[in-house]
Amino acid sequence: MKRLLPVLWIVGVMGLAALAQSALNDYYQRVLAVIAINIMLAVSLNLTNGFSGDFSLGHAAFMAIGAYTSAILTLPARTKAIVLPDLPPWLGQVELPFLIAILIGCALAGLVAFLVGLPVLRLRGHYLSVATLGLMVIVQVVALNWQPITRGARGISGLPPLTTLLWAYGLMLVTVMVIWRIVHSSLGRAMMAVREDELAAACRGVRVFRTRLFAFVTGALFASAAGALWAHLITAITPSSFSFLLTFNVVAMVVIGGAGSVSGSVIGAVLMTLLPELLRRVETALAIGGQPLYGLSQIVIAVLMLLVMIFRPQGLMGRHELIQVLAGLSGARNKPSSAPAELAGEAQRVA
Amino acid sequence: MPGSLPLLQVRDLSKSFRGVQALQDYRLDLAPGELIGVIGPNGAGKTTLFNLLTGVIPPSHGRILFNGYDITHASPDAICRTGIARTFQNIRLFRRLSVLDNVRIGLQTHHHVRLHQVVLHLPGFTSHERSLEQQAHALLDLLNLAAYADAQADALPYGLQRRLEIAVALATRPRLLLLDEPAAGMNPTEAEELMRLIARLHSELGLTIILIEHNMRVVMGICQRIQVLNYGRLIAEGQPEEIQQDARVLEAYLGVAG
Repeated sequence: MKRLLPVLWIVGVMGLAALAQSALNDYYQRVLAVIAINIMLAVSLNLTNGFSGDFSLGHAAFMAIGAYTSAILTLPARTKAIVLPDLPPWLGQVELPFLIAILIGCALAGLVAFLVGLPVLRLRGHYLSVATLGLMVIVQVVALNWQPITRGARGISGLPPLTTLLWAYGLMLVTVMVIWRIVHSSLGRAMMAVREDELAAACRGVRVFRTRLFAFVTGALFASAAGALWAHLITAITPSSFSFLLTFNVVAMVVIGGAGSVSGSVIGAVLMTLLPELLRRVETALAIGGQPLYGLSQIVIAVLMLLVMIFRPQGLMGRHELIQVLAGLSGARNKPSSAPAELAGEAQRVA
Repeated sequence: MPGSLPLLQVRDLSKSFRGVQALQDYRLDLAPGELIGVIGPNGAGKTTLFNLLTGVIPPSHGRILFNGYDITHASPDAICRTGIARTFQNIRLFRRLSVLDNVRIGLQTHHHVRLHQVVLHLPGFTSHERSLEQQAHALLDLLNLAAYADAQADALPYGLQRRLEIAVALATRPRLLLLDEPAAGMNPTEAEELMRLIARLHSELGLTIILIEHNMRVVMGICQRIQVLNYGRLIAEGQPEEIQQDARVLEAYLGVAG
């Protein structure tokens, strides 16, 4: 039964994605694809920010690397000759399938994460956050000024619209399953040990630096894949697409869902994608004197975030997973003896 | 006699913090299977000694040989893997993880699993996880913590947290166990129970143990040999009875020449 569970998930999700792809209109398909991409971003950021305890703000940088790499590698040679005439010839000729382009983007992002991680992961806490923010700025400035490759501020448009729901949900499943399995293994426990107490972890034989670097690089790989999907969904990218605002949104998904919970990140990503979409309609519906209430959705979301942070600072799921909570609910009815330990832990956390 | 080759050999070990001499010219020859106590007034350099032995801080001077290897400048995780485990004076558990996970983290020091096994849930991974779990439960049984396996570590009462820390240290399969004031904050009954536990670990698991402790009943009751530190210097070493009558020791503790 346990061996069958992943298969059921794959069949279920991919079946629904195929159904949605054939039945829904473009708008709904786009919203659903954005949800899948945001889930990938939030779950992968959670590896560092939630599990290994390094609060990274550089996620948009890896996304940009994936987006630009995939854009340049998949654009038809004829188009490239016009929009990117200054590309090196070998890059101008090349026309790769989507999957290969995504994988090359992942490799590049992973390499950058490794090289940047070597110095940056020697830092801790706020220093690390600011340094990863620096990484994001560097990538943005490179994209802005490396004219022959990126077209600078004009960006690259007219990308082939390759991101179907099947692609988006297929890669989302891979992301969630791989990360789920990592965090529920020795590797994930090592990350959590580092998060809880770095010195104690080292004294128990955990290779602290290697563990943090592994989390950082793995997160970057999946962020890059999400970036590629995003580029081929919107079909146009500019350096400003990968700004602090995007990082902020993903961080908010992780924090609201619960740093240290994979299912929390999924929930956070779904909420933070759907809510603005729904509220945007309210903005136009609640027109006062013919003037739509633009900005209302941002205010409502900001207030919701404040409320979550005040009343549930550990995020909606805390560090628990949805299946544990569900199992706990059904288990509590059968054997109430397990409840006190759980409650005691809860009480300490609140205190 | 091959059996008496020292497990741990420390020579001229010194540490100064900005001119303050925390430990000076410390030496020790520890035979396998010994259980020794290190005592001394507060600030005598006892915890500094443990921090040096486990690589938490680098020494200013001196040499540490463990099991024939020079570990003087090794990192804490490497030292752990060579077989030295410790507990901390102010308990350091992975507080928000479960009791079982705490022990599993110690166990996985010597259990390696590869990334592709994890990602693909290959048989290697499944058997790895199963053996980790079995061993973790066995250790918790040994330390009478089995009932708390699923509790969050910081939800345990203080005395049990101390015991859990010993369990996590044991999980790394040490040959040498360093216990830093394990009886601190315990009532006499708990301290008595702990003393029996340490004696059991020593005899049943054949562990070599260095014990830092203020509780004299515990130290005198189970240690075969005692070292006394004062102001970072070794001022006395010997059998418990000798130490109890040593003039320098009495002076260090009471401030008068006895």
